[in-house]
Amino acid sequence: MQARDTSLHEILLPVRTGFIVFTFIAALLVNLLPWSGWWVYVKPDFVALVVLYWCIQQPRKVGFTSAWLLGLMMDVAEGSLFGQHALAYSVLAFAGIVLHRRVLMFTMRDQILHVVVLLLLNDVIVLGVRMFAGAGFPGLRYFAGSLTAAALWPVLTYLFKLPQRPAPDPDRV
Amino acid sequence: MEHSPPPFFKRGPTPLVRLLLCSLLSIALLILDARYGYLEGIRKVVSVIVYPLQRLATAPRALLGTLGEFFVTQSSLRTENAKLTAQSLNDAVMLRKYAALAAENAHLRDLLAARQRFPESTLFAEVLYAGRDLFTRKIVIDKGQQHGVKPGQPVIDQIGVVGQVTRIYPWLSEVTLITDKEQTVPVQNLRNGLRAVLGGTGNDGQLELKFIPLNADFQNGDQLVTSGIDGVYPPGLPVAEVSNVERNAAYLFATITCKPLAGVTSHSQILVLNWENKLPERPVEEPKTPRAKKSRRER
Repeated sequence: MQARDTSLHEILLPVRTGFIVFTFIAALLVNLLPWSGWWVYVKPDFVALVVLYWCIQQPRKVGFTSAWLLGLMMDVAEGSLFGQHALAYSVLAFAGIVLHRRVLMFTMRDQILHVVVLLLLNDVIVLGVRMFAGAGFPGLRYFAGSLTAAALWPVLTYLFKLPQRPAPDPDRV
Repeated sequence: MEHSPPPFFKRGPTPLVRLLLCSLLSIALLILDARYGYLEGIRKVVSVIVYPLQRLATAPRALLGTLGEFFVTQSSLRTENAKLTAQSLNDAVMLRKYAALAAENAHLRDLLAARQRFPESTLFAEVLYAGRDLFTRKIVIDKGQQHGVKPGQPVIDQIGVVGQVTRIYPWLSEVTLITDKEQTVPVQNLRNGLRAVLGGTGNDGQLELKFIPLNADFQNGDQLVTSGIDGVYPPGLPVAEVSNVERNAAYLFATITCKPLAGVTSHSQILVLNWENKLPERPVEEPKTPRAKKSRRER
């Protein structure tokens, strides 16, 4: 068995609910920024990424209710069909909750491989709903956002764990 | 919670049950929205919650704009001022002519007992953001129900038609661009008056004339303006320019692609037209079939 990443097993402070809410609001805000041009395609769905992150890290705090409500907000903000993001995020939350023990056992590189598949699944659900409702296929570039999102996974993990790290011990040099 | 023992007995429904519940709820919402359109009320309620976030997200750009205005040099302001003065003089002359022509036109229409064209008022709006939903071509503008925007109103910029208001929220509204796959505009060729239907293709900067016979007189560079026969768009607004005509005898219709004239993807200020066309009632069709056929041929 390969050597595990030591950072996965460090002792962390419990996460604060306020911080989770803050990350959700921040993700919604970043998603709502006026992206334009090819950025629209490259831009990751930050809300999906953050929902997946918390469902994997804190499956007992974050689950279907928050994923579903955030999905509804995204639907309204995008002006898309009501419920398409809610459905996709619910499936994402399910995958995160079911797989959370497994994903966290892996190194960062292998976690990314898990995450990219789950985010692509999220895209496929939205695509399926829209094509069922009569929209055309927007081209393969539609999936680019998920690849960027998966690439951001290590950054997100580092940033979101910062408030949980205990203060450095003043007794040590 | 992380450091407390897991609750062994009370864990609620399993994730699979919860997933099924959420999915069923979402699918019910999807069907109600897509098929019946029942959920506009709920959409408005949620939009009120999301609205502060939407404004906050677009605030940095607005702030940058104001900062940029603050640091404009005096020389550029003076040149712009001179240019605008010259422009307004020029426009004033044109306006005088226009007033005279409008009066004359009204008089002539009176004489001919023709229907008067209704004056239109405009509402200035700024584009908040564009194209987040990758499946449609839409923009969100910062004027909504509270400012008197109504669904169905045409939206233009200084050059021509941009799109149509398709959904309103209390303080925002959604405009579907003419390049959207499901958006059509009735147009008229400025050169010879041929009427046609212009539809979007779903690609930026590309429109298509639909159901045009192979021998119809459309050429590259033809200007297309709204015909106004639909009662949605006022007549005479520039819409597009024919960019490519392909006549293949293997197909029933010619493939005519056009380029939108208005900056459909690049504008940040637009006008919402408040234009109500009070068309006379459509005459009641008589049940006799031969007459109905005749009137269809006339059209």
